[in-house]
Amino acid sequence: MKITKKDVEHVAKLARLGLTEEEKEKFTVQLSNIIEYAETINKLDTSNIEPTSHSIPMSNIFREDKMKQFEDIESIMNNAPDKEDNMFRVPRILE
Amino acid sequence: MNDNVKAFVTEIKDFKNSNNGSMSGINIAVKDNICTKGIKTTCSSKMLENYIPPYNATVYEKLIAAGANIVGKTNMDEFAMGSSTENSAFFSTRNPWNLDCVPGGSSGGSAAAVAAGLADMALGSDTGGSIRQPAAFCGVVGMKPTYGRVSRYGLIAFASSLDQIGPITKNVSDCAKLLNVISGYDPKDSTSANIPVPDYTKSLKNDIKGLKIGIIKELIGDGISEEVKSSIKDAIKLLESLGATTEEVSLPSFEHAVSAYYLIAPAEASSNLSRYDGVHYGLRIKDTKDLLTMYYETRKAGFGPEVKRRIMIGTYALSAGYYDAYYLKALKVRTLIKNDYDKAFSKCDVLISPTTPTVAFKIGEKTDDPLSMYLSDIATIPVNLAGVPAISIPCGFSNGLPIGLQITGKIFDEETIIRTAYTYEQNTEWHKCKITKL
Repeated sequence: MKITKKDVEHVAKLARLGLTEEEKEKFTVQLSNIIEYAETINKLDTSNIEPTSHSIPMSNIFREDKMKQFEDIESIMNNAPDKEDNMFRVPRILE
Repeated sequence: MNDNVKAFVTEIKDFKNSNNGSMSGINIAVKDNICTKGIKTTCSSKMLENYIPPYNATVYEKLIAAGANIVGKTNMDEFAMGSSTENSAFFSTRNPWNLDCVPGGSSGGSAAAVAAGLADMALGSDTGGSIRQPAAFCGVVGMKPTYGRVSRYGLIAFASSLDQIGPITKNVSDCAKLLNVISGYDPKDSTSANIPVPDYTKSLKNDIKGLKIGIIKELIGDGISEEVKSSIKDAIKLLESLGATTEEVSLPSFEHAVSAYYLIAPAEASSNLSRYDGVHYGLRIKDTKDLLTMYYETRKAGFGPEVKRRIMIGTYALSAGYYDAYYLKALKVRTLIKNDYDKAFSKCDVLISPTTPTVAFKIGEKTDDPLSMYLSDIATIPVNLAGVPAISIPCGFSNGLPIGLQITGKIFDEETIIRTAYTYEQNTEWHKCKITKL
């Protein structure tokens, strides 16, 4: 599958990823090459094959739904790019 | 010495640890994607350049409890995406055997630190070969344990179904000792295996009589350089002379492993890395007109080219209309790869192959051609897709650069891998070769 610049722009938007013009041009070529290579798997017949999302057999792991207080809130808030009290401040969302 | 090799993002001087244990007095380097409370953990990314974790990874807590002396956080490919450590946002690490060559990646800083003697042991992480490939390139021992053997709690996620933390050491004995410390069930990682952990040092036996070794046909043919092939053939002869029986085994699905991996790993990464949005921690581009623009601009400035490339591939493979053709298809190929291993292990105890098709390449040689960089992961990738454990140990040199022998074992059978690796090591001199100038 040839990937067009329009595809690149669409996918970047889905990923909320800003790209420079140069990156868009480069990725159009590189992603085409990579996806074309990856498409060789379509030669394989997998009609009766179950997908594996996890290599080691595993069942659901349950635990009590109990809250635990994190002991060092300050160290979390110290990483905040913008904060007020113990809250994260972000740019305006609604007009 | 670090000035030449550039193994560390953060060097730690005078680390204080008053605990007494099996790691007392041992200098350990930790890959910079493993969270260390109060110590910067950057993933070699501008996104996390100033990130100071509020908690410790479980493996790090275990090292501290065992008395380890932590000497630094090591450089890596950004978010563990890469095979050369050239994708670090900060600087490239160099191969201690030849400073013009890459140390491999993504755990290149950890492997280079051990090879150069800047640390006695190191922790790396391995998603498609990121422990074993740099270990091979730097002439040291590197193991990816079985998926679930070691807790991933506090390992900054790349591809969660493939990631695993493991040891990088000078020899197989140290590998067993470090694996003893870091292994085991962790309630904080629900994918860690709740099964007993053996004492791996008990597998340090110089004895492989009667061991059945499979030689992976797909990894000793085309695409593998002559000098690597010849070292592997010598290793096979030696293992036979020590009492093992060998036979060639075919794992035909390996032909499609790189394709499947470069759909599955980026798909998981595109989801995992959506958390870097500038809200709670890490980089934020300020003064944007709205929240959405803040996301775009933060991710544009914070991620390097390879990380962006993989987010793009992964998002594409998961997007409407392409999910079945790419992502789901790749998961089915993953089943075929697992089936091929099951079949091979029904008649063999371990499988051997080269770790890498070539020795370390020159810095800058592959940076403009991502696909050729991906293809060099052919021998290590199938291991992660199947979740099995594998080690890389030194088995020769070509033009002064080390060659790695990969030994793959059955699920949760690190013991047979260690016994095979130890026996090989005790009957060869490769691990004693020293770097003469740095």
